[in-house]
Amino acid sequence: MKLRERQWIIGGIFLLISVIYLGRLVQMQVFAHEWKAYAARLTEETETLEPARGLIRDRFNNIVVNNKAGYDIWFTPRKCSAAGGLDTLALAELIEMTPDGLARAFRRAENYATYRPSRIQKQLTAESYARISGEMWRFPGVEVRRRSIRTNPSGLASHLVGEFREVDQNDLASNQGYRLGDYKGKSGLELQWESTLRGRRGTRHHIVDIRNDYREPAQAGMLDTLPVPGDDIQLTLDLELQAYGEHIMANKRGAIVAIEPATGEVLAMVSAPSYGTDLLTGRDRGANYDSLINHPNKPLFNRTLRATYRPGSIFKMIQGLIAMDRGVLRPSNRIACDRNIIGCHGPHRFDNLEEAIVHSCNPYFHEVMKRMIQDGSTGSIFSDAHQNLGTWSESVRTFGLGTDLGGHFPALRSGSVPDTTDYDRMYGRKRWAYSTIYSISIGEGELLTTPMHMANLAATLANRGHYITPHAVRGSEGIERMESGIDDRHFDAVIRAMSTVVTADDGTGNRAATPGVQVCGKTGTVQNPNGNHSVFIAFAPAENPQIALSVYVENAGAGGDWAAPIASLMIEKYLRHEVTQQAKEQRILEATYPFPELPL
Amino acid sequence: MIGLFNVASATAGASSVEWFDFSGKLGKQFIWVGASLVLAFLLLVIEGEFFIRTSVIHYAVNVLLLLAVLAVGKRIGGAKSWFSFGGIGIQPSEFAKTGTSLMLAWMLSRNQDRFNQWGSLFKAVAIVSLPAALVLLQPDAGTVLVFTGLILVFYREGLSGNVLIAVLCALLVTIATILSGASTVHYPGAGEATGAWILWAILLSIGGFLWATVPQWTVPRRRKRNRRAVLFSFAGSLILSVGLQFGLEEVLRPHQKDRIHVLFGIDVGNPDADYNIRHAKAAISSGGLVGKGFLKGPMTAYGFVPEQETDFIFCTIGEEWGLMGTTATLFLFTLLLLRILALAERQRSDFTRIYAYAVASILFMHYAINVGMVLGLAPVIGIPLPFISAGGSSLTGFTLLVFILLRLDAERFTVLR
Repeated sequence: MKLRERQWIIGGIFLLISVIYLGRLVQMQVFAHEWKAYAARLTEETETLEPARGLIRDRFNNIVVNNKAGYDIWFTPRKCSAAGGLDTLALAELIEMTPDGLARAFRRAENYATYRPSRIQKQLTAESYARISGEMWRFPGVEVRRRSIRTNPSGLASHLVGEFREVDQNDLASNQGYRLGDYKGKSGLELQWESTLRGRRGTRHHIVDIRNDYREPAQAGMLDTLPVPGDDIQLTLDLELQAYGEHIMANKRGAIVAIEPATGEVLAMVSAPSYGTDLLTGRDRGANYDSLINHPNKPLFNRTLRATYRPGSIFKMIQGLIAMDRGVLRPSNRIACDRNIIGCHGPHRFDNLEEAIVHSCNPYFHEVMKRMIQDGSTGSIFSDAHQNLGTWSESVRTFGLGTDLGGHFPALRSGSVPDTTDYDRMYGRKRWAYSTIYSISIGEGELLTTPMHMANLAATLANRGHYITPHAVRGSEGIERMESGIDDRHFDAVIRAMSTVVTADDGTGNRAATPGVQVCGKTGTVQNPNGNHSVFIAFAPAENPQIALSVYVENAGAGGDWAAPIASLMIEKYLRHEVTQQAKEQRILEATYPFPELPL
Repeated sequence: MIGLFNVASATAGASSVEWFDFSGKLGKQFIWVGASLVLAFLLLVIEGEFFIRTSVIHYAVNVLLLLAVLAVGKRIGGAKSWFSFGGIGIQPSEFAKTGTSLMLAWMLSRNQDRFNQWGSLFKAVAIVSLPAALVLLQPDAGTVLVFTGLILVFYREGLSGNVLIAVLCALLVTIATILSGASTVHYPGAGEATGAWILWAILLSIGGFLWATVPQWTVPRRRKRNRRAVLFSFAGSLILSVGLQFGLEEVLRPHQKDRIHVLFGIDVGNPDADYNIRHAKAAISSGGLVGKGFLKGPMTAYGFVPEQETDFIFCTIGEEWGLMGTTATLFLFTLLLLRILALAERQRSDFTRIYAYAVASILFMHYAINVGMVLGLAPVIGIPLPFISAGGSSLTGFTLLVFILLRLDAERFTVLR
C-alpha cells in the first residue's frame, strides 16, 4: 500500500472513535434512565411546610392551649469562617448559653457539616428574641428560625390536655410520617386527638445547587402543595370553673370532677396538686420534669382518673337502689342498728332508708345486702352467695363503677367491683359466703373507684337512673345514654335523703349548704392509714340538676369537714358565677396538706 | 468553514459557565477570544516561510519554557504547569505542541529516507520525547498522552503498520492486566493473589506454543524472522504486563489507580473517587434528547459538575442541548479532523503535509480523550476540548496550531517547496 493511502486508515480511526462515542451518547442520553434519576435526586429537594396545629378551646371558646412562636438559633460554620469569625462570648450571653456549651455546640455543628446549618439553641422565647434580634448582624453564620410551639397560658387542666413533645423512636417507627425533630402530642388530649390537631404538611419543591441552597422553584411550583392547618378541638370544660377549682385545691391533695348530668360533659377536672403545662415544654423541661416527678405530693399523677379509693358510705345509696329494684327493700323498711354485727356511730337506733342514708347507718345496709346475697334460695350460704353475687355486681356496674365509662378517658382506671370469680379465686370455689365479704355492703372491702366514677355516679343520681357517657371534648363519637335499669320512683327516697344530708342541722354534709341553691349530696369517709380521706358527692340544683360533682381531699378527715364545703363553693361558682361565701372560701384557701405544709 | 467553526465553538464554550458573570471566567474568556482572533489574523498575514524557517527556534524556545516552568512555575492542582502574571496564566505545554509539530515537520521533510533507518526514527522519536518528558515531569499525564498521538504522523510517513498493531495489542494487554490484576484469585497451595498471574501464565503458554509451532507452518526463509517476531511480541507483552501491574500497584498514586479502576467498573472503596465521573455522566444523561435549554441545566448551572468549564465542558453541552447538541459537536469535530486530512493530502510540500497530520493527531487526541473521559470510556485525565473548553492558553495554543496550518495551506499554489 502506498503511503498516501494510509490517510484512509487514519481517517478511519477518527471515524471509528466518533461512532463509538456516538453510540455511547445515544445509550446515555436516550436509554439509560438511572442517570437521569440520579441527576434529579441531586438537584431537586423538597421543602416541608409545617401546618399550624389546631387550638384547644373550652366550652365558651376561650383558648386553653395555643400556639406561639419559639425561636431556634442555627449556625453554619462555613459562613462564619468565611466572614472571619465571631465573638463567642457575646453570642453565648445573648442566646442564653454558657461559653463552654456554645463551644461544644459549634464543634458538633462542624462535625455534622461545615456548609449546612445546625441548631445550637432551642426555643428562645419571644421576649429573649426581641432582645437579641437587633444584635444578630454581628454574628456571621448565625441565623434565627421561628418555630411554632405549644403553650397553655393559664396553666390549667394540664393533666387533661397532656404534653406536646419531640417524637421518640417508637413514634418514628410507627409509620405515620413523623420525622426526626418533629413534635407531637404525647399524653392526654394532645395525644388522643393528635390526628385532628395535626393538620397536613405542605411541600415546596426546589432546585438546589451543590451546597444544597435553594436556587429556584422546581417545575414552576406546579407540584407545590399548601399546608393544611389542624382543626381546633373544643373542650366541654368551663375554664373559669376549672381555674377556681385549681385555686381552692391549692396546697392540698385530692381531686374534683364536675359533670353536666344531662349531657355527660365534663365541666371541670381538677387534680391537686397540679402543675403549669408550660413547665414541661421548652428548654427547661428536663429539669422541671425531674423536680415534678420526685415531688412527694406527686403533681404529675392525675388523681381524677387514676387515683383509686374505696367508695365508702356513698356506696350505700347504690346498695339501697339495687335492693329496692330487686324488691327486697321498701323505703319504709326499718332495720335495727345492731352494732354487734358491724360498727356504727350516732344516736340512731331504728332507721328507715332515708334516715339510714342520712345517718350513714352501717348495720342497715349490711342487712340490705344480706337480703340480696344470702336469700336462702339454695340450701347453703355458700351457694347462695355464689349464685347471687353475680347479679349484684352487674347491677352495680350499671352505675358505671368498675367500667371504663365509655372509654373517652384512656387513662381512666376502671376500679373494681368484685364478682363471683374474684372471690372464688381469693378463697376457693364456694368457700366464701356473705359473712366473708360483707364489707362491700358499706362501700369498703374490695370495692375500688375513682373520682371520675363518683362524679358520674352523682350525675346518675341527678338524672334519676341513667348517665350519659362522660367526655371532655365536644364532638366525641360514641356518646351513649347508659341506663341503670332502676325505676325512677325508687330514686325519690334517695334524693330526699341526699337533700336532708345538706339541709339538716345535724346533717353530715351541712357545710355544703349553698345560699340560693338547693344542693343534694352525700358525705363519704374513706379509711386510710394516714388519715381518712374526705369525700363528698353532690348535684345541684335539686329540681333540675345542672352540675354533678365529686370532691376528694386526701387525709383531711371527715367528708363533711372539707370536701363538702369545697363542693359548695364549686357549685356556687358554677351556678351563680360568683362566690359569696367568703368565710367558707377563706377557710378552704388557708387549709393546706398536711400538717405541716409541704412546699410545692 | 473551519474558521467559522472555530469562532462559533469558542463563544459557545465561553458562555457555558452558569450565568452572565462578566467579571469572572466568562469575561476573561471573551478577552481571550478576542486575543485569539487577533492572533489568527496575524498568523494569516505572515508569510508561511517564516514559520518553516523558524521551526527550530520555535521548538527550542518551547523546550526552554518547559524547563523554566518546572523551575519557577506555579503549582496548580498538584502540577507545575503554569506561569502566572498577575491574574493571567500561561501554560507552556499548550504552545509546545505547536513547536514540536513544526520541528517534526521540518526534520522529516529534510530527510527523504525516513523510517526505514533507525537513525532518523530515533531522531524523530527524540524530538517528540524531549518535550513530552519535560511535561511528564510537571506532571501532566494528559498532555503526554497527546504527544504520543503523534505516532499517527509517523505512521503516515512510513512507519511500519506493525507498530500500530503492536500498540493496539499493548492496549489490549493493558486492559487485560488491569482487569485481572484487580481481581483476587485463590490459588491452591499458594493462598490468594491477583489474577494477573493467570494472565501471565496464559501469555507464557500461548507464546511458548507459537514459538514451538511456528517453524512448522512457515517457509524456512521466514522462520527465523517469524520466530523472532513471536518471541518479541509475547515476551514484550509479558514484560509490559508485569511492568504495568507493578506500576499500577506501586508507582501510581492511589487516586490515579482509583480512577482507572472506576473506569472499568471495578469496585472502588472510596465513594468520592468517581465523584467527577458520576456527576458528569448524570449531567449528560439528564439532557435527554433535546436537552434542558440554554443555561437551564440544573446540574451544570449549580455547580454539580466540577471543572465544568474546562475539562468537563462536554457535560454542559450534554445537559443543555441533549443528544442533538452532543451529536452536533461530535459531527463538527469529526468533520474538522477529516477536513484537515483532506487538506494535508492536497499539499505538494512535505513539510505542510507532515505538519497537517501533526495538527490532526493532536486535535484528535484531545477530542478523543476529553469526550471519552466525560462519557466514562476513558480514565479521568485533565485535558481540554479544543476551542470549546475555557482557558486562555488552550485557546491561544490551538489557534496558533491551526492557523499556521491555514496559512501554509493557503500558500500551496503560490509557493513552491
